[in-house]
Amino acid sequence: MMDIFNILISESFWAASLRISTPLIFGVLGALLCEKSGVLNLGIEGIFVAGAMSGWLAVWLGAGLLGGVMVAALTGALFGLIHAILTIPLGLSQHVSGLGVTLFATSISYFIYRTALPNVTSPPRIEPFRPIDLPIISDLPFFGPVFGQQTAMTWLALLMVLVVWYVLYRTPLGTAIQAVGDNPNSVDAQGLSVYALRVGAVVAGSSLMALGGAFLTMSAFDAFFFGMVNGRGWICIALVIFASWRPGKALLGALLFGAFDALQVRLQTEVGSFVPGQVFLMAPYLLSIVALIVAARRADYPRALLVPWFKGER
Amino acid sequence: MIRIEARNSPPMLLKVGVPIFAAFVSLLLAAIPLAFAGANIGTAFVEMVRGVFGSVFAFSEMLTRATPLIFTGLAAAVAFRARLWNIGAEGQLYLGAMAAVAVGTGVLDVSGIILIPVIIIIGCFAGAFGMAVPVILKTRFGADEVVTTLLLNFIVLILVQMMLEGPLKDPMGLGWPQSSPILDQGMLPVLLDRMRVHSGLIIGLILALVLQLLITRSVWGFKLRAVGENIAASRHAGIRINRSLLSVAVCSGGLAGLAGVSEVIGLKGYLTADISPGFGYTGIVVAMLAGLSPVGVVVAALFIASVFVGADSMSRAMGVSSYLADLVVSMSLLCVLIGGFFAHYRVAWVSAPAKVKK
Repeated sequence: MMDIFNILISESFWAASLRISTPLIFGVLGALLCEKSGVLNLGIEGIFVAGAMSGWLAVWLGAGLLGGVMVAALTGALFGLIHAILTIPLGLSQHVSGLGVTLFATSISYFIYRTALPNVTSPPRIEPFRPIDLPIISDLPFFGPVFGQQTAMTWLALLMVLVVWYVLYRTPLGTAIQAVGDNPNSVDAQGLSVYALRVGAVVAGSSLMALGGAFLTMSAFDAFFFGMVNGRGWICIALVIFASWRPGKALLGALLFGAFDALQVRLQTEVGSFVPGQVFLMAPYLLSIVALIVAARRADYPRALLVPWFKGER
Repeated sequence: MIRIEARNSPPMLLKVGVPIFAAFVSLLLAAIPLAFAGANIGTAFVEMVRGVFGSVFAFSEMLTRATPLIFTGLAAAVAFRARLWNIGAEGQLYLGAMAAVAVGTGVLDVSGIILIPVIIIIGCFAGAFGMAVPVILKTRFGADEVVTTLLLNFIVLILVQMMLEGPLKDPMGLGWPQSSPILDQGMLPVLLDRMRVHSGLIIGLILALVLQLLITRSVWGFKLRAVGENIAASRHAGIRINRSLLSVAVCSGGLAGLAGVSEVIGLKGYLTADISPGFGYTGIVVAMLAGLSPVGVVVAALFIASVFVGADSMSRAMGVSSYLADLVVSMSLLCVLIGGFFAHYRVAWVSAPAKVKK
């Protein structure tokens, strides 16, 4: 028990938690934005892969880190647009379309990567984002080492929580997005376009998801691997339900998740000789299922989630 | 202005024509990535066709590849008919495969007439269990089965790796993470001499026919379709929704489990953690191309298997990445979705209502 306590008060543990949470924060926010407007986006897993690959490829081709982030966001928006067109004006099954986007985004990313780099055994590396040394925060005890080790992308993720919260709860646009996910007819009656609001939310949400992927290749690691996303997108979908579609709770959920993941890695070195390592590898997925079971009944679903809407049809 | 009108029921010609057209379009779209990779498009398509129809061996390889896809396609089709989103066929496949090696590698040393059915039944049970859990979590706790089945895929795959390093590890395996071989009498007979295509294919074909009859002709099939089309009306009509969903889950999971059994006792003879290159996920594409019809699944599985085998052989010959096959398969899913829209809706040009002159 003493070991766990020592881990929990160590700075490196909290720094790692924040780092592990970062892609999840992007992903949960993106999924939340889509779902708030009434559209489930199961394209998330593939959009993570596409964001990771395209951002990395852009940097490797010399676009610079900022260019890479922008390429990733645009790639995400593009795949989001595919999902948006299929599910919003065409009103097709959000489940199947999302899975289709995941398969498409994953396979096209792998294909492009393999075609761009046909004969590499070890993946080429880029110069990733470096931790930012912030003037005042770095000097604080505890907070300094925790926040001083983070890269610009983690700061961007935290900023995005504020932005998404602000837009959703403090602007007329946010009110409209929430209304379109709850009662599209009322939005239509106001003379606003249901289609435009939903398409906009899905496209914006998808670029956030892609940034989560880009974090993996441009900040957490410095290369692209096959299978590197490894279910993070699906975990985000579970976390949105856990967060009951609230941006603040989504941040909390992602942080808790990151903390748990950081803890299990450290515990693995402590008790690794008694317990097979795979038990720890399973933990994040099991934890997501548990979170879902705990939260599902009292989750505050957007009422028009999964329900297609056609103009002029009631 | 454009207006979208629902068709009362899509004509048969569209129902059958749309998936065929979508499959064709997705193949044509393959020209874009081929051009991107700098390959000669014409030669590439010739190589792909030759890779499937060029020899008896090539064709038998396609049938071998289609076999697990028939099972996973049926698993998805049955579940999706009831609007039960089983995205966990990949995990259930591995559960079935694990069960097969658990009983088939020497624990039960009996003659094949007993051993093969036992392996099949236990494999089915394992797969069914893998889908029953998320459905119980759904009906008891309201946990969305899409997310739980997706996450279970990862959990099961890690479980397989754990088992292959532990209890199921082959002591004679020179350290490779693989299971002991299935007993000789536990293996399904092959269909053609010196080819790999095995009688799992026959089991798949029979099951497709049986399911077609069950879904269209039986009370169970009627309930399944009713739950899928209108859950509130079904409840009102006295169908026990939870029980119905559970029976669909058991059937769907069992079919996915069979895919794993058939790969292990029909093809590989032992279990590794990579026996399925995503057969579970591809099964969803198969089911959608088939319009969720069990007999259609067979045709769709043959098409998708041809894409994989043809593109693999073309890749080897021309040095194009073999991810091309996955790309074509995913495009066929998007194409059939869009096509499905046009089968169910008519896009009509409506002239604006004439203004009344005063």
